[in-house]
Amino acid sequence: MKANSIKGYCRLAAFFMLLFSLASYGDQEVSTQQPLLDALNNLKQGSMSEREQAITQLAGIGQSSLGILQALLDGKLFTLKSDAKLVVGIDNNQGYDISDAVSGTPLGTVERADVNKINLTNKLRVSLRKIIGELELSADDPLIRLAAVKAMGNEDDDAVLALLQARAGVEKDATVLKAINVVFLLKEMNSSDKAVRIKAIEALKEQNNLDVVNRLNVIVEKDEGGNYLETDVEVRNIAKAALIKINSRLQMYSTIETVFFGLSLGAVLVLAAIGLAITFGVMGVINMAHGELMMLGAYTTYVMQQLMPNHLGISVLLSIPAAFMISALVGIAIERGIIRFLYGRPLETLLATFGVSLILQQSVRSIFSPLNRSVATPEWMSGSWQINDFLSLTWNRFYILVFCLMVFVLLLQILKRTRLGLEVRAVAQNRNMARAMGIPTAKVDALTFGLGSGIAGVAGVALSQITNVGPNLGQAYIVDSFMVVVFGGVGNLWGTLVAGFVLGIANKFLEPFAGAVLAKILVLVFIILFIQKRPRGLFPQKGRAADS
Amino acid sequence: MKLTGLGQDKTATMVLVALAAVTFIIPFCNLALPADSPMHFSAYTVSLLGKYLTFALLGLSLDLVWGYCGILALGHGAFFALGGYAMGMYLMRQIGTRGVYGDPLLPDFMVFLNWKELPWYWLGFDHFWFALLMVVLVPGALAFVFGWLAFRSRVTGVYLSIITQALTYALLLAFFRNEMGFGGNNGLTDFKELLGFNIQSEAVRAVLLMMSGITLMTAFLVCRWLVNTKLGRVVTAIRDQESRVRFLGYRVEMFKLWIFVFAAMLAGVAGALYVPQVGIINPSEFSPLNSLEIVIWVAMGGRGTLYGAIIGAVLVNYSKTVLTGLMPEIWLFSLGAVFVIVTVLLPDGIVGLLKRRLQEQHS
Repeated sequence: MKANSIKGYCRLAAFFMLLFSLASYGDQEVSTQQPLLDALNNLKQGSMSEREQAITQLAGIGQSSLGILQALLDGKLFTLKSDAKLVVGIDNNQGYDISDAVSGTPLGTVERADVNKINLTNKLRVSLRKIIGELELSADDPLIRLAAVKAMGNEDDDAVLALLQARAGVEKDATVLKAINVVFLLKEMNSSDKAVRIKAIEALKEQNNLDVVNRLNVIVEKDEGGNYLETDVEVRNIAKAALIKINSRLQMYSTIETVFFGLSLGAVLVLAAIGLAITFGVMGVINMAHGELMMLGAYTTYVMQQLMPNHLGISVLLSIPAAFMISALVGIAIERGIIRFLYGRPLETLLATFGVSLILQQSVRSIFSPLNRSVATPEWMSGSWQINDFLSLTWNRFYILVFCLMVFVLLLQILKRTRLGLEVRAVAQNRNMARAMGIPTAKVDALTFGLGSGIAGVAGVALSQITNVGPNLGQAYIVDSFMVVVFGGVGNLWGTLVAGFVLGIANKFLEPFAGAVLAKILVLVFIILFIQKRPRGLFPQKGRAADS
Repeated sequence: MKLTGLGQDKTATMVLVALAAVTFIIPFCNLALPADSPMHFSAYTVSLLGKYLTFALLGLSLDLVWGYCGILALGHGAFFALGGYAMGMYLMRQIGTRGVYGDPLLPDFMVFLNWKELPWYWLGFDHFWFALLMVVLVPGALAFVFGWLAFRSRVTGVYLSIITQALTYALLLAFFRNEMGFGGNNGLTDFKELLGFNIQSEAVRAVLLMMSGITLMTAFLVCRWLVNTKLGRVVTAIRDQESRVRFLGYRVEMFKLWIFVFAAMLAGVAGALYVPQVGIINPSEFSPLNSLEIVIWVAMGGRGTLYGAIIGAVLVNYSKTVLTGLMPEIWLFSLGAVFVIVTVLLPDGIVGLLKRRLQEQHS
C-alpha cells in the first residue's frame, strides 16, 4: 500500500515536470522564430536589396526556412492585401488556396486580386536557387540530399560543383556520396585531358545510372553526315566497351524484373488453384464455382472497405479472415446441398457446380450492379521499391508473393500437423478404408470443401488488390487455375506451387516476344500437349490411389 | 425404317414428325399466307426457329459424343464456331465492292487494318463449294488432331473435359486478335447475299429454315443408324466399360476418334447454317460458357437418346428467348438452377422423366 502511494506521487511529479518542460519548450520556439519573423518582414518590403538581405537572413536560419524559400522561388509566396500577412498560395484555376507561410495552417481560398506576389529579379533567383541547393544538401533526410545532388548534377556551374565538393567531405551516407561522385565523374568526362576522361568512363561503367547511359550514348553517336560526334577513337572505343558492360547489366536487371513479374503472376495462379487442388485432389470433385468463391472473397474486401473507409490497411487485413469465413460457409453449403448427392459422378458434379457459379455470379450482379468496383490499396502496398535506376519492384505484387507463400505454408502445416489434415489425407488415399477406421468421411468431405473454398476467398482478397472487382472476376481465372492443378498433378500441393510459378514465369518470358494474348495461347497449347504426354501431371500420385 | 429402328420408337417418330411440320409448314405459312392471316408466321419467328434448329443439330452432335461415347466435351462450341467462320468467310467474299470501303478484294476490316492483300487462308472462299468443304474439314481436322493426341494417351474423364475447355478458350483468345485476320473482336458481319440471293429477304430466310430442318432430320436419321451399327454398339460399350472393351481387343481410341471427328463435322455444319440466319459470327461463340450451355441442352433433354438433345436444345433456347426478353436478370438464375436440378434430380432429363411416367401408367 505504502509503496504504491509513493509510486503515485512520483508519477504526479513527473507529470508536472513534463508540463513545465513543454511550456518552456514553447517559449523557446517563440524566441527561435524571432529572426525568421524579422527576415520575413524584410521580405515583404518593396526594394530588391531588402529582399536580398531577407533571403540571406533566411538562409542563415537553416533548415526550417527551406519551405518558404522554395515557395518564393516557385512564385507561390504572396502577401495579403488586407493585412499584409505572408501566405503560400496554390493556384486552383479560380484563385488561390492559401496557407500561413510560417505555421502552414490553411486559411481558405482567396481571389487573384486579393494578393500581391513577391517578385524576384533573375539575379536574386540565381542566388536563391544556390541557397536552396545548399540547404537541401545539408538536410537531415538522406533522400532530400540525394534528390538535391541529382538536381545539381544537371547544372553546369562551378559554384554548384564547389558546393558538392564541400558536401563530399562531410557526407556520411554512402548512397549520397556515390551520387556526388557520379556527378564529378560525369563532369570529368568533358575534361580536355584524355587520360582523365578515360579514367572517368572506366569508373562510371560500374554505376547503374541512366545519366551515365545517356552520356555514353552521346559519345558513340554519329551526326547526320555519318561522322562520330566524338573525334577521339580511343575514348569512343572505351565508351563502347563501357556501354556493352552496362547493357549486359541492364539485361540482367530486366531478367530479374521478368522473373519477379512471373513469380507474382504465378503467386496469383497458385492462390487461385490451391483451394481447387485440395477439393479436386481429396474428393475428386471438380468445383466450377471455385472462381466465384474467389469473387465472393474480393467482394468481401470491397464491403469491408465500405464499412471502414478511414482504415484502409486494417480493413484489408480484416478482410482475410472475413473472406475465408464467407467463402468457406458458402462452400460447405454447396457441398451439403448439392455435391454430396453426386459423389462418384465427377462429370455431373462439374455441371452442377457450374450451375452454382452462374447463380452466384448473377446474385452479385443483382446486388452490387454489373459494373466493376474498385478496391483501394492501402498506402503500404502501393508504390514501388526502387532498387536502382534500372530496377524497381511494385510493392503490391511483392506482398502478394509473400502472402501466397504464407498461405501455402499454413495449408501445408494444416494438412501435416492437425487432426483434420490427417483425416483429409486418409480419405484422399483410401476412402473406404478410412471409413472402416472410423473416420467420419461425410464430415471430412464437408470440412475439406470448406477449407478449399475458404482459401479461394482469401485468394479473392489478394486479387482485389491487383484487378478490378466485378462479377466476371472468377470466370477469368477458372480455366487458368484448372490448368495449374492439372499441370502440377492432382492431389499434390507442391505440384500446384511449382506449376503455378512455372506457368507464371513462362507467361511473362513469352510476353515480350509474342504479346500477352499469344503468350497465353502458347501456354494453353503447351499444357494441352503436356497432358497428352503425362496425363497425370508433373508430380503424379503414386501407389494404388492413382489407379482409381 | 429397319435401318434406323424408327418402327419401335414412338417418341423418335413423334419428334421427327414435329420437325417435318416445322420445316415445311412454317416457311409455307410465312411466304404463302397474307400478313393478316392468323396462320401467318413473321420473318422474326422464321429466323428464330431456324436458329433453334441449328442449335438442335449442335446438341445432337454433342449427344453422340457425350451420350453415346461418354466424352464430356466442354469445347464443342469451338467446332460450331469454326464451321460458322468458314461460312462467314464465304459470305464476306460475296460482299465484293459493296463494303464501306468498296475494296473489290479485301473485306472492310482488312482495309481498316491497312492490309494490302488477302491472307492465304482466305483464298478459295469465294467459291461456295470450297466453303462447304471447309465447313466440315476444318472442324474435322481440329477434332482429329486433338482427339488423336488425347485418346491415344488415354486422357479421360474430367481431365479431358478440362482440356477441351482450354482448347476453346485458347481459340477464343486467338480469334479476338486482329492479327488473326478474322475480324478480331467484331467478327464477320454485314453480309449481303448468299449464292446471289439477298440474305435479308424473307424467301431466303424461309429457305434457310427449311435447309436447317432437312439437315437436322437427315443428321438425326444418320445418327440413329450409326448408333445401331456395330460401330455404335462398340462406342456405347466404351462409354460403359472402357477397359473391358480394350481387353476384348478393340482399339478404343480409334472408335472414340471416329465418333469425335464425325460429331465435330456435324457441329461445323450447324455453325454454317447458323451464321447466315443470324447475320454475324464473332469470337464470343468460342466462349467456354457457350459450350457448357450445349451440354445443358443435352442433359436437360436426356442424353443418350438423340431426340432428347433436340428437345432440350429447343426448350432451353426458347426459355432463353422468353426470359431474356422479359427480365434479363432472371435468365442466369434459371440457367444455373437448371444445371443443378437436372444433374441432381433428373439424370435422364425430360425424356427419362416422361418415359418413367409412361411406364408407371402402363403397369
